[in-house]
Amino acid sequence: MRLTVSSVSAFRGDRLVLDRVSFSVPAGGALLLLGPNGAGKSTLLRALAGLKRLDAGEVRFDGAAEFAGRAAYLGHQDAIKPGLTAAENLAFIARISGRPAEAGLLALDLGKLADLPARMLSAGQKRRLALARLVVSGAPLWLLDEPTLGVDAASVRAFGQILAAHRAEGGVVVAATHLPLPLPDAAELRLGEAAP
Amino acid sequence: MTAFAALLGRELRLALRHGGDSFGALLFFFVAGALFPLAIGPAPATLARIAPGIVWVCALLAALLPLDRLFGADYDDGSLDQLLLSGLPASLVALAKAVSHWLVTGVPLLLAAFPLAVMLQLPAPALPALLGGLLMGTAVLSLLGTACAAIVLGARRGGVLLPVLVLPLTTPVLIFGAAAADAASAGLPVRPHLLLLGAYLAACLPLCPVAAGAALREAVD
Repeated sequence: MRLTVSSVSAFRGDRLVLDRVSFSVPAGGALLLLGPNGAGKSTLLRALAGLKRLDAGEVRFDGAAEFAGRAAYLGHQDAIKPGLTAAENLAFIARISGRPAEAGLLALDLGKLADLPARMLSAGQKRRLALARLVVSGAPLWLLDEPTLGVDAASVRAFGQILAAHRAEGGVVVAATHLPLPLPDAAELRLGEAAP
Repeated sequence: MTAFAALLGRELRLALRHGGDSFGALLFFFVAGALFPLAIGPAPATLARIAPGIVWVCALLAALLPLDRLFGADYDDGSLDQLLLSGLPASLVALAKAVSHWLVTGVPLLLAAFPLAVMLQLPAPALPALLGGLLMGTAVLSLLGTACAAIVLGARRGGVLLPVLVLPLTTPVLIFGAAAADAASAGLPVRPHLLLLGAYLAACLPLCPVAAGAALREAVD
C-alpha cells in the first residue's frame, strides 16, 4: 500500500499553488507537509483525497488511481453535527466501515461523552471526535490537515498511539501541520514559498 | 447499498432532531393556503374552482423552503467532504438527499393537502386525482430541488437564485397536476395528465441525481 504522487499541479483560482509536486510514501510510512500559510498544504491534501481536481499529474494509492472510500480526510472543519450525539456523529462512518463507533470514542477518551449532543462539546472535544472518526473509518490512507489544533496534550499523546497503531497495520499518513505531531521518523516535504 | 441506507438513516435522524424545519414548511403550506379564501372571498363555487391550483402552488412553494439547507449545512461544516469521501458516488449522495427531502417534506405535504383541499371545498371526486398527482409531483419537486440546490451551492446569494432556478423547471408538474384535478371535477378522464406527470418523474429520476452529483463535485473543488 504505497502512495505515489507524480508531478501534481493544481491551480486555486488563477494562482498555481502546487507546481509539479512528487513524492512517495511506503506502507506504514508518514509524511509531514511543511511550509508557510498559503504554500498549498491544504490544497495538496484535498487533491490527494480526490476532492480537488488536479490540473496535471497523477495520484496512485496501492496501484490504483481511484481510491474513494479508502482515504480518510480530516480538514480544518470538524464536520460534526451539533444536533446529534457524539456516538451518532460516528454512526454513519461506522455503518460503512463495519467498525464499532465505541472503539473510536474510547481511543480518544470520549466514552463518557458518547450520549451528549455534540453542541455541548468544547472545540477541543469536537476535534477529538473528528479524530475518532479516522479510527472508525478503517481507511488505510489518512490525510490530516492540522489534526491536533486545539487538542490537549494528553489527547495528542493518545493520538500518537493511534497513529502508531495505524502505521503498524501498514497504513499511510500524510499530515500538514505547524504544531509538533507525534509521528516518529516521518519524512518531510517542504512546499514552496507563498507567492506574494 | 449499505452506505446509501446509512446516509438515508443519517439524514432522517438529522431531520428528526431539527424537526422545526420540516414542520415550518408544513405550517407555511397551511397558512398560505388559508390566505386565499380571505383574499378572494369564501364563495364555495369560486374556491372549488381554484382549489387544485392553490394546493399545487402552495405545495410547490412550501417544498422550496428547506432546499437551501439541504446541502448548505453540510457544505458549511465540512460534512459534504466526508459524504463524498464515503465511497458512495456523488450522484447517490444526491439521490439519498432527494429521497430524504421527499420523505421529510413531500410526504407530510401530501398528507396535509387532503385537509387543505377539503377546506377549500374541492369536490370529493377530484380528491384522488389531486393527491395522486401530488404523490408524483412532490417526488419531482424533491429531485429537481436537489439538483438545483447542488448547483447553487457555494454561490453567494444562492438562496435567492434557487427559487428562480427551480420554479420554471416545475411548470410542467404544476400544469399537469392541477389539470388532473380539474379534469376529475369536470368528470373528464384523469389518466393522460397523470401519465404525463409520471413521464416527467421518470425523466427526472435518473437525470437529477447525476446533475446534482456533478454539481456537488464542482462545489467542493
